Amino acid sequence: MMHIHRLEKIWLTFGMAMLAVFLLILGLSAFTMGMDTPNSGHDHSVHAAKLSETPPFDHPAITQIGDREYEAVMTAWAFGYSPDQDQLVVPAGSTVHFSVTSSDVVHGFEIPGTNVNMMVLPGEVNHVSHKFDEPGEYLILCNEYCGIGHQAMFTKLIVT
Amino acid sequence: MNPTFDRKDGRLVLAHLLFAYVALLLGGVCGMLQSMVKSGSITLPANIGYYELLTAHGVLMALVFTTFFIIGFLYSGISRTLGGSLTGVSRSLGWIGFTLMAAGTVLGVIMILLNKATVLYTFYAPLKASPWFYIALVLLVVGSWLSGYGIFAQYRTWRKANTGKLSPLLAFMAVVTMLLWQIATLGVAATVLLQFIPWSFGWVETINVLLSRTLFWYFGHPLVYFWLMPAYMCWYVIVPKIIGGKIYSDALARLAFILLLLFSIPVGFHHQLMEPGIAPFWKFLQVVLTFMVIVPSLITAFSLFATFELNGRARGATGLFGWLKKLPWKDVRFFAPFMGMLVFIPAGAGGIINASNQMNAVVHNTLWVTGHFHLTVATSVALTFFGIGYWLIPVVTGRRLTKRLNNLGIIQVVTWCIGMLFMSGSMHITGLFGDPRRTDYTTYNDSPESILWMPYHVAMAVGGIILFISLIVLLAAVVGLLLAPRGVEEYPIGEVIDTAEKTPKLFERWGLWIGVSAALILIAYTIPLADMITGGTGSPGYKFW
Repeated sequence: MMHIHRLEKIWLTFGMAMLAVFLLILGLSAFTMGMDTPNSGHDHSVHAAKLSETPPFDHPAITQIGDREYEAVMTAWAFGYSPDQDQLVVPAGSTVHFSVTSSDVVHGFEIPGTNVNMMVLPGEVNHVSHKFDEPGEYLILCNEYCGIGHQAMFTKLIVT
Repeated sequence: MNPTFDRKDGRLVLAHLLFAYVALLLGGVCGMLQSMVKSGSITLPANIGYYELLTAHGVLMALVFTTFFIIGFLYSGISRTLGGSLTGVSRSLGWIGFTLMAAGTVLGVIMILLNKATVLYTFYAPLKASPWFYIALVLLVVGSWLSGYGIFAQYRTWRKANTGKLSPLLAFMAVVTMLLWQIATLGVAATVLLQFIPWSFGWVETINVLLSRTLFWYFGHPLVYFWLMPAYMCWYVIVPKIIGGKIYSDALARLAFILLLLFSIPVGFHHQLMEPGIAPFWKFLQVVLTFMVIVPSLITAFSLFATFELNGRARGATGLFGWLKKLPWKDVRFFAPFMGMLVFIPAGAGGIINASNQMNAVVHNTLWVTGHFHLTVATSVALTFFGIGYWLIPVVTGRRLTKRLNNLGIIQVVTWCIGMLFMSGSMHITGLFGDPRRTDYTTYNDSPESILWMPYHVAMAVGGIILFISLIVLLAAVVGLLLAPRGVEEYPIGEVIDTAEKTPKLFERWGLWIGVSAALILIAYTIPLADMITGGTGSPGYKFW
């Protein structure tokens, strides 16, 4: 239908081929190697206003579920996270599976220096897992504006 | 073509442009103050909040400056190319649109300054602003719709009078841009009218948060293309004329615009990749569609550099890059949009990174993203708009861009680029370290990570101050243009190169393109939206500021 210059054909073919290759790598690593975007798997499953009577979010806690494997059930609220910081302690080499929801507005859940970075919405539970190899204090911060105290919303995970 | 611009149309265009520049100045004051607060250099007096400034900055820059400038520019383009003056209907619609948008802006800014709408320009529920803030947004959007109808009416009148003729390229692009805007704003109109307004007035108790976010981002991504397409209009049609060359291909330019229309809307999930409640399959489908929208940008890059090179060689340039020397570097009408194009290369690459599905976790909601759109909209688009303003104000006021004002413009563009290098460069780097965006001054109780981010915040503030100086120079130049000697300034509209292929008629079969666009939107959104509508739980409102 339209004539396109030979050089432009080469340019566009090369460009589109690169995009296709890149998408293929993203898609394969996402869907076959477990590197997907956060996926709750059970959408719209909690009621933010009734978290205090909704297990497991009525008792946010970090519990050991295997050898160097922990589950962290957490809630985000303006302006902090539960459970308290003194409970967030795991030994080095542990994999932590975070399950987080919000009891009020939209928050973020980010650990700088790792790939832990997700949105926390009221009414939804979001999940992310990370293996903490190095001992140290890991900052967990809110990266979505949630009100006047947003910059004060953080906690720490201690890896011993 | 009549060398002088229709005076009545000129007033309409000038009103839009001047409103845009005032919004830019106010938004710029907020931006500079934010950068100084964030770096710990100052604290705000009189209980002014950081997030109040941030809300004002986002609304004034992203929504007001852009929309007013774009509508002013598009009206100038259709007045110029579709008959030499606007029909009474189109001009009236333009003024009604302007009035509604101006009223919306004033109301919205008052609400923000009264601290009744400190929800940022994305106004994510369930943070609940005053209902009047949402009504201000309605006025802004409805006004822009009426302005769009005015553009469609002018195009229709021209087509009736010129049956079978190919429409002028600039007018075609204006129509596509406004068509994109009409389809895209349906999402934000739906969430504001059906969700936010009833909820903020208290007529309903709760709001479906995920649904509101999804409707917002259905609008939020094409919004950035609504900013970009007028810049592309300048690059495709205006710049070739300024450099004394020809448009490389009319057909490819139209193809690029149709592709932008089709693929910039069904892609909003790439802003929600880290969210719960949306199945990974639908996220990835929209990531694939997002990558399709890179294709028209590849076409654009080729066409523009082909224009530059062909023109340079026609003027005797030799060697691989000899044509670069033939470009009019000292002409601000060229230099400003050219710097915009140049910046768009890294800016676009950053955008591909952001949209890369799971890789988004590295940068999501960090200052990297802020750095990204300070390159795209605040540099590529803004510099192109500044470049347009330098000739469009004289055109519509019957004055001349003098040598002195031209040189002032060059200084302004250079300072803008330097300021943005500091600001956006630092944002990109510190964002990669995980430094969160939209966050007031904090050290997270002296945590070592955030102490390392501080020097970048200081560099951002240095950039913010340089940018503000550039803004003052811009406004001096604008005032200078309004007082410049009378005369006739050219409205530069490029002609298509003789060897270009004939443009297929297919591009103006609007029913077809609207149909394909609707089909893509339905494919990308129907199932996830149905799931959100039927499954979501409601949230009450919160005023945490």
